[in-house]
Amino acid sequence: MSEDRAATAEERVGFFTDTSVCIGCKACEVACKEWNAIPEDGLELTGMSYDNTGDLGASTWRHVAFIEQPRADGRTQLPLLEGQSAKTPDGEMRWLMSSDVCKHCTHAACLDVCPTGSLFRTEFGTVVVQEDICNGCGYCVPACPYGVIEQRPVDGRAFKCTMCYDRLGAGQEPACAKACPTDSIQFGPLDELRERAALRVDQLREGGVTEARLYGEDPDDGVGGDGAFFLLLDEPEVYGLPPDPVVTTRDLPTMWKHAGAAALSLVGGIALAFAAAAGRGRA
Amino acid sequence: MTSAGSSTPRRHGRRGRRGEQLMVPRAEFDSYYGRPVIKAPSWEPRDIAGYFFLGGLAGAGSVLAAGAHATGRSTTATAMKISSLTAVSLSAAALIHDLGRPDRFVNMLRVFKPTSPMSVGSWLLSLYGPAAGAAAASAVTGRLPRLGATATGAAALLGPAVASYTAVLAADTAVPAWHDAHRELPYLFTASATAAASGMALVLGPRSENSPARHAAAVAAVGEIAAHRALERRLGLVGETYRDGRAGTLLRAARALTFGGALGATLLGGRHRAAAAASGLALLAGSAFTRFGVFAAGIASAEDPKYTVRPQRERLEERRRT
Ligand code: SF4
Repeated sequence: MSEDRAATAEERVGFFTDTSVCIGCKACEVACKEWNAIPEDGLELTGMSYDNTGDLGASTWRHVAFIEQPRADGRTQLPLLEGQSAKTPDGEMRWLMSSDVCKHCTHAACLDVCPTGSLFRTEFGTVVVQEDICNGCGYCVPACPYGVIEQRPVDGRAFKCTMCYDRLGAGQEPACAKACPTDSIQFGPLDELRERAALRVDQLREGGVTEARLYGEDPDDGVGGDGAFFLLLDEPEVYGLPPDPVVTTRDLPTMWKHAGAAALSLVGGIALAFAAAAGRGRA
Repeated sequence: MTSAGSSTPRRHGRRGRRGEQLMVPRAEFDSYYGRPVIKAPSWEPRDIAGYFFLGGLAGAGSVLAAGAHATGRSTTATAMKISSLTAVSLSAAALIHDLGRPDRFVNMLRVFKPTSPMSVGSWLLSLYGPAAGAAAASAVTGRLPRLGATATGAAALLGPAVASYTAVLAADTAVPAWHDAHRELPYLFTASATAAASGMALVLGPRSENSPARHAAAVAAVGEIAAHRALERRLGLVGETYRDGRAGTLLRAARALTFGGALGATLLGGRHRAAAAASGLALLAGSAFTRFGVFAAGIASAEDPKYTVRPQRERLEERRRT
């Protein structure tokens, strides 16, 4: 194998989820559950449109969000055919559907704070939990700026999307991307996906869908860019995504500095108390 | 105010096309059906806030013990060494109890990761624990005084780190009330630790030896109130979580207890043994309340999406403007 090909084999891969073509079929949720043998985690009706999954968690690694938006300017209809206009004037409601997933952050807080080394970066640039090492400390849970990873209550350990690590190893694409009937979930080398996404967002904007935007594609954002990024049709928070996530460990040097100073102040305070006591004693 | 994912009209109170119904006015911010963006830790408050409290009591206690040891206040020194050993043992037990897989707790020492305060803390405790243990054992048995003195010194060096690192443990998360307070939280924690340790010294030590503890209590109370003020000033909107609800109640009680305890110790602790002990108990309770209060503020800030979304949105708009 030439060096070039070796480099290709270790290329960072990711997901580009183009929500403008998501039809809310939840095939990704089902395929993920099936392939990864994820246990059932509650059969409740949430009253949140067609979303009875709720959110990502220990036993939900793909989650399709459903948003019903009343809009004065009509629902968004995407220009599928040449010459079709982006908006139909007679609608008053639009649907937003989006399949959320672990972002496989470039700077992943979950991985940074994991004390056991259970969370690690794979040769594909993804972030995976090693179930045989995780001791269930739960630190990764509040560290994730997206609320992705979670402990399974009966198990204690933390679980999340592995981007189908086993399938990647066998040269297969992840189950969700494979199952998605509209190619809303696209899998591939991250660089390629970013190019494709830039073209797609331009195409949509030219077609009149001015609210189309990419989320998580920027390598200069607070997490160094997401390995799984999105094309959204509204602000991220509408989909339950943080508008400007930052990896918490970015501030860790400052934290340690203040912790060191605070430790010294503790010693100083107590030394002062002994000095004062000695002064009183003599007086 | 949270809004359901459905309310994103960009115009205020405009009529719909057919004019029968008012559009939902745009809320102050959007969220997905009011659901949290981040996940709150599943930690038991008793285990983890308890761990913060006990770690502080142990760590600052070791410094007081070393001071008492060096100045010949031997009853207090021995008592504080035993207190620190007990506290650090209980704190380790709390930490292990909170693991999803307690049988795998040794995995904490599988690697050393400076990016993980929990890893740093585990290593710190694995050094501090034996030092505190040796200091206490030597003081109680009177054996190996040289080794005892060395261990006392080592525990006093590591103790302050044990007391302050827990602030980093909390702050190094996406929890707004903890992360945004990452500059002030360590000082709040060490002041609270000093209050707890001086409280313990007032409870356990004889009146003739308690002058340093009384002074330390005063220093701690002033430090804690100053750190708390600075923290709330910094936090803005998120500061609400330190004032409202359960956290607000706990923290108000904490301030009353800490301040009252320090005042009692300063005015009466040198004259009446009972007053010293009562002040000491108030200081200990105040420190525990502070930790449970900070813990509750963090949970409250994680559970309401506005504390995640609004500061981030403001940051984003700010960047766009410049
Ligand atoms: S989204 Fe959360 S769980 Fe996924 S890699 Fe980033 S920090 Fe880790």
